Amino acid sequence: MAQTSPASHVAERITEVTADDIAALGIGTAIFGTGGGGEVYGAQTMVERELTTHGPVRLVSVDELGPDDVVMLMSGIGAPTVGIEMLSSKGQIHALLEEAERLLGRPVTTLMAAEIGGSNGVRPIGWAAQLGLQVLDADGMGRAFPDAAMVAMNAAGVHCDWAVQSDVVGNITVMKTVDLHWLERHARALTVASGSICIGAHYPMTAETVRGAVIEGTVSAAIRVGHALLNASDPVSAIAAELDARVLMSGKITDLDRRTVGGFVRGSVTISGIGEDRGRLQRLELQNENLLVLEDGEVLVSVPDLITIIDTETGHAITTEMLRFGQRVSVLAWPCDPVWRTPRGLELAGPAAFGYDLPYIPFEGAAR
Amino acid sequence: MTARDLALGVDVGGTNTDAVILDGLGTVIAHTKRPTTDDVTGGIRAGIADVLASIGPDRTRVSRVMLGTTHATNAIVQRRGLDRVAMIRLGAPAATEFPPLTGWPQDLAGIVLAGSAMLGGGHMVDGTPISPLDRDGIRRFVDGLDAFDAIAVAGIFSPSSPEQELEVAELLRGHLGQDTRVFLSQDIGPTGLLERENATVLNAALYSVALAVTDALVTVVAEEGLDAQTFFAQNDGTLMSLDYAAQYPVLTIGSGPANSIRGAAYLSGHDNAIVVDVGGTTSDLGVVVGGFPRESTLPREIGGVRTNFRMPDVLSVGIGGGTVVDVVSGRVGPESVGYRIDREGLLFGGSTPTLTDAAAIAGSPVAGRRLPALPSATASALRDALAVVTDRLDAAVERLSLGRADIPLVVVGGGGFLVPDRLPSAGEILRPDHGGVANAVGAAISLAGGRADQMAPMGDRESAIEQASEAAIAKAIQAGADPLDVSIVEILETHVPYTAQPTVNVSVKAAGPLARLTAGAVSG
Repeated sequence: MAQTSPASHVAERITEVTADDIAALGIGTAIFGTGGGGEVYGAQTMVERELTTHGPVRLVSVDELGPDDVVMLMSGIGAPTVGIEMLSSKGQIHALLEEAERLLGRPVTTLMAAEIGGSNGVRPIGWAAQLGLQVLDADGMGRAFPDAAMVAMNAAGVHCDWAVQSDVVGNITVMKTVDLHWLERHARALTVASGSICIGAHYPMTAETVRGAVIEGTVSAAIRVGHALLNASDPVSAIAAELDARVLMSGKITDLDRRTVGGFVRGSVTISGIGEDRGRLQRLELQNENLLVLEDGEVLVSVPDLITIIDTETGHAITTEMLRFGQRVSVLAWPCDPVWRTPRGLELAGPAAFGYDLPYIPFEGAAR
Repeated sequence: MTARDLALGVDVGGTNTDAVILDGLGTVIAHTKRPTTDDVTGGIRAGIADVLASIGPDRTRVSRVMLGTTHATNAIVQRRGLDRVAMIRLGAPAATEFPPLTGWPQDLAGIVLAGSAMLGGGHMVDGTPISPLDRDGIRRFVDGLDAFDAIAVAGIFSPSSPEQELEVAELLRGHLGQDTRVFLSQDIGPTGLLERENATVLNAALYSVALAVTDALVTVVAEEGLDAQTFFAQNDGTLMSLDYAAQYPVLTIGSGPANSIRGAAYLSGHDNAIVVDVGGTTSDLGVVVGGFPRESTLPREIGGVRTNFRMPDVLSVGIGGGTVVDVVSGRVGPESVGYRIDREGLLFGGSTPTLTDAAAIAGSPVAGRRLPALPSATASALRDALAVVTDRLDAAVERLSLGRADIPLVVVGGGGFLVPDRLPSAGEILRPDHGGVANAVGAAISLAGGRADQMAPMGDRESAIEQASEAAIAKAIQAGADPLDVSIVEILETHVPYTAQPTVNVSVKAAGPLARLTAGAVSG
């Protein structure tokens, strides 16, 4: 079963998200995005505006949910490079909620982020403010993953009954698929037909089904990481300390090999060490997210453990589509939620799930 | 016949207008520094007249005049002289959750925005129309506006489907008159709707400001009877024509820092260094790598507005010669008396304590000027302010040096006396001759550049880079670069989404110094 994420035991829980937390949340979710999850700035401005207009959003824990509560995931689907250009339309989420409540026959009370990584970790807060709902301090991944099947609920054996998807021009589609792999396949095809970007609602759950099936405390953790960066004079060390992460290397990008296959960024980035790391060379394998770090022919870290490339000066995460030749970056890695290290978790999101013929060796983070 | 080998560089900053003349070997043979005037022209006229006077009859050897300026940035930051812009976005209902100018500082939006509309039109990534173009809506919107100077148009995915923005420009000119000023987002930036839209609105708002500067340069060159080509320096350190500069002022926004960084490195003889240019209002720090300014493609803010065009990677700290020291609170900046330092600073008989006055406590930075007797509170606040300056500069250098303390720090700019002779985070501290006019030197040594793009299947990536490099070098030579000195300065790769075959777009920039013109090579 999913357990609390490593960072969540450190500090007091946040019970309310205000407009002043959103800059920090955006920074934190970009870091949890492990290279994927899309650009967060657009989402951030939307959420700040909604919280300023509608007031703070209540952030609840799994323990606070009652029998009348219905939790639903809401997330953007599609290519991040498209998402920064063709943004969502007003009313797109209201149409989704209406259709979801019609299918359920009862009101939805709580939104949850499908993934804390990237814009999908930020936008549910703004959507909840607009829709007058509360947000669960949890998510389905504890990071970003490219596939809707790679969620903790799936690892825990909780079924998804239906999914609804809406696009920028107003098309709404309900999907009842036999499992999440088919949902992923149908949702992707539908998204391409809608111009490669959509918003979806899925995984309706109750207080009962949520328990033990989600990764808890991740919204608070992302906000804390963001505040740590904003308040630090040495952002890279501050983030590493907050996440219990290790800085693998600092250097500059000397080669980039990226392509898009079926809507996914694939490729690799080569980083040459500078300063104390001069002479070292690391290569990261990318598939929307950063999946492997290799040095001298050895795998240092592999998915599902978290790998994020951050700007050496500012500490801000750099998504795979924003990587550029010559950028000065540091590579950060830290352990994933324990749910991903179970046999079912590794089957869903281990190296083999991404086509790598490698044994998974757990990364131990800052403590060696 | 005399050689026509002299280059005249001018830099119009917020405080000073500098001018230099470089000979064919790249040696500074004349330089001057004049206060920037409210009308811009006065400062440029005085600067150019000064340096021409000091070379006497050799003035006929001046064959090119290059101008760089931070005037556009200052206009945005100070909300001065900006035009009113009507913004039309094409693509509704898409993106209606994010209205135009989302995230702008309210005061700036209030000054610049004459009105905005989100109307039908735009395209999806694959070229499918999002909705029909709302031609009536466009006409209704502009007819309902009160007063505006220019119109900015941004269509969703216009960088890859450009025809519709062009059609709308025609529609607007047909409806409002052929001289209507219309600016299209496809000319300003890449995908990233909000940032490109922001940059397009800023560009439109800056038209009058930019035109005043290009007109000033043309006027002064004509008054002086110079037979010289005129250029504007742009963000990437290469040159553009004056017509182009008036049309696309945002592309000159970073030329001040780019020139300063390149000019300082040139004067110090170092190819790898950190440069700090201390002006009247800010200290701008940049990094020179292999003789070129490090650039950033990350979205950045200009006057609180997020944009996404390529700019030199510059860290600005609110420390300059005119920075005001608050005696009561001890606060240093960010307010500055700017170019009014020569009237308002204590050293000049004024009543505002500034960092120039703080430096004067240890020894006057201005020859022949001494501080009046100061109340002890003022003297002690000024002394404390110097320590604050040292701390802030040290932190800034540390951020840029990535923790290496051995990189030389080149100090330039009129306020360079504020940088101490030792900083823990810096290596050797260099103060090159003529450092006070590094910006103008940077303009004078500006390069001719060329960019070429090549789209190719992923498997042919390396040959695509090779082909684009050859084409970029050819363009740079065509723009006037010396064939022996031209080099590839940047290779940018972006994947092209949703193509049947994995495809990459490589964009290569080549640049080199202008080929030296000799009498024999010049016809006119």
